[in-house]
Amino acid sequence: MPRRKRLRKVVSPPGFKGYKPYGTSSPSKDHVELLYEEYEAIKLVDYDMMNHLDASKLMGISRPTLARIYKTARMKIARALVETKEIKSVFGNAWMEKDWILCNNCNAKFTLPKTVKEAICPICKSTNINALNKS
Amino acid sequence: MKTVITSSGNKLSSEFDLRFGRASWFCLYDEDANKTEFFENKYSNSQGGAGSKSAEFIIELGAKKVISGDFGPTAKNLLEEFNIQMVILEEENNTIDDIIKKLRK
Repeated sequence: MPRRKRLRKVVSPPGFKGYKPYGTSSPSKDHVELLYEEYEAIKLVDYDMMNHLDASKLMGISRPTLARIYKTARMKIARALVETKEIKSVFGNAWMEKDWILCNNCNAKFTLPKTVKEAICPICKSTNINALNKS
Repeated sequence: MKTVITSSGNKLSSEFDLRFGRASWFCLYDEDANKTEFFENKYSNSQGGAGSKSAEFIIELGAKKVISGDFGPTAKNLLEEFNIQMVILEEENNTIDDIIKKLRK
């Protein structure tokens, strides 16, 4: 069994659900899945101009791991551009800074304020829930 | 308990709005009385601060739960401070009625 992936911290999720090419000669139905942590790596390294070590500390992972995530992120974006594919943002192995909880039954994401006593999904009342940022 | 659902119109058949601060309408649903009330969002077209103003409005309404598609950082912090539960539903094409039916179950 492979070693489980340590969750990567993402400060804020991408503000888009995806990118679509336009004006293409042949529309491709395929898409590339950009994970939240890959978006975060690109943001920290190329937008915030951080070096890999600082960025890796911020995401709670080692520098080589960050370098690998960053590399796959660039490969995915390059593939989407060259092969005119859509980019979709996907959750991946990330956790948010805020305490979001995911319902495995109906896929709703929610918070549990202190005033709420029972840990159930507010939509479907299911108890099959998981904290998104549990390490 | 009162719940606010972001809506794109003022009817039960209106579509659920995935935006929070810039949602067109807020639907206040009272679980105990089984009543719904619609409030227009005055800030849906404002220049800035729509999220925080909408959050303040929801706090004034006395809701304990907010259902929307996403929450901005300032709205998130404000709602958290007032212990209001935030719920994110990502599926599109939900109507207000669909969501209330799910809540009632």
